[in-house]
Amino acid sequence: MGIDRRKFLTIAGLTTLTTLGKTVLGSSPAGHDPIETGSQAVKRLAMVIDMVKCRQNEGCTECTKICHKIHNVPDIGNAKEEIKWIWKENFEAAFPNQHHDLLEDNIKNSPAVVLCNHCDVPPCVKVCPTGSTWQREDGIIMMDMHRCIGCRYCVAGCPYGSRSFNFRDPRPHIDEMNPEYPTRSKGVVEKCNFCAERLVDGLLPACVDICPEKALTFGNINDPESEIRQILKSRHSIRRKPILGTNPQIYYLV
Amino acid sequence: MYDTGKIILGILIFLVLATSPFWYSKATGQADYLPDPVILTKDMPGKDVCVMPTDYMRSSHMDLLNDWRNSVVRDGERKFVSPNGHEYKKSLSNTCMNCHSNKAEFCDKCHNYMAVDDQTCWSCHVEPKEEL
Repeated sequence: MGIDRRKFLTIAGLTTLTTLGKTVLGSSPAGHDPIETGSQAVKRLAMVIDMVKCRQNEGCTECTKICHKIHNVPDIGNAKEEIKWIWKENFEAAFPNQHHDLLEDNIKNSPAVVLCNHCDVPPCVKVCPTGSTWQREDGIIMMDMHRCIGCRYCVAGCPYGSRSFNFRDPRPHIDEMNPEYPTRSKGVVEKCNFCAERLVDGLLPACVDICPEKALTFGNINDPESEIRQILKSRHSIRRKPILGTNPQIYYLV
Repeated sequence: MYDTGKIILGILIFLVLATSPFWYSKATGQADYLPDPVILTKDMPGKDVCVMPTDYMRSSHMDLLNDWRNSVVRDGERKFVSPNGHEYKKSLSNTCMNCHSNKAEFCDKCHNYMAVDDQTCWSCHVEPKEEL
């Protein structure tokens, strides 16, 4: 006979113990995800908007113009079907929690440049049924137009009105087509993508580049040496509707 | 059997009529038509070859485009290195159509023949303006 009962049980028991031991001991150090721990090695893109500089140039819409031009954003000419990536909003609408009647006039009356906040806890991503919008590792909330079914849950989910729906074919409403960037088609949602297509070429977002007052600063907020961290350390900053818990990543200096 | 001759003649006439479209297109040469896409290649220094060998592109360009689409949009991978070591930007409008700038004579030729609906690409991606 090759093996008796005692020997079999001993081997079986030892095998079980070894397997269990490996799982328990091996899992904890290797299971750490650098992204979940918020480690500084992970890039997290954010933007600071200096409203003091911005309001020095009243009526300037350079950021909107360049962004909408290079991304083929149509000008429908009808407020109900408007499509916007970056635009100016009056202070009360942009910061309802911070606004009160007796606020300084220059703050109260100066419009804020608003765009997608690329939230850390993005409600639009949570509600998207097809996974066509998601958060990249560097924090950008991206959209995959190929998968968007136009349900508009994300439009309803976004508390900042950053998302626009294409109620009609946008092509006839684009003055000058940029052949290097696709247009959208009827029935998809669109929004700011932090110029993901420029970032891969080592360029800054177009709005940051063009701003004549240099009011926009863009960078990695996880890097303590970065310019935006230095600005945030030295000036008082506010964010849009932080009470909602979305942790927006566009910071405003008032 | 009554009227054998008439029945057989009737069957023959029916067969000729029923298959007449095939004979007709054979006789006029329509059945032999094969699409002949015009391959233009603009001067691209060092890149006068396609991103993949011609045989592969002929059979699997749609798979390559799907891979490019997914990796660019979902993973942010925008660089492609071809088997012969050239580096390309993964882009339909900015890479493929740079060389094959004649959509009507290139893409459409076969797609129309095979009844392939590529409107899903061109309703968003901008096709190059053709110089006629």
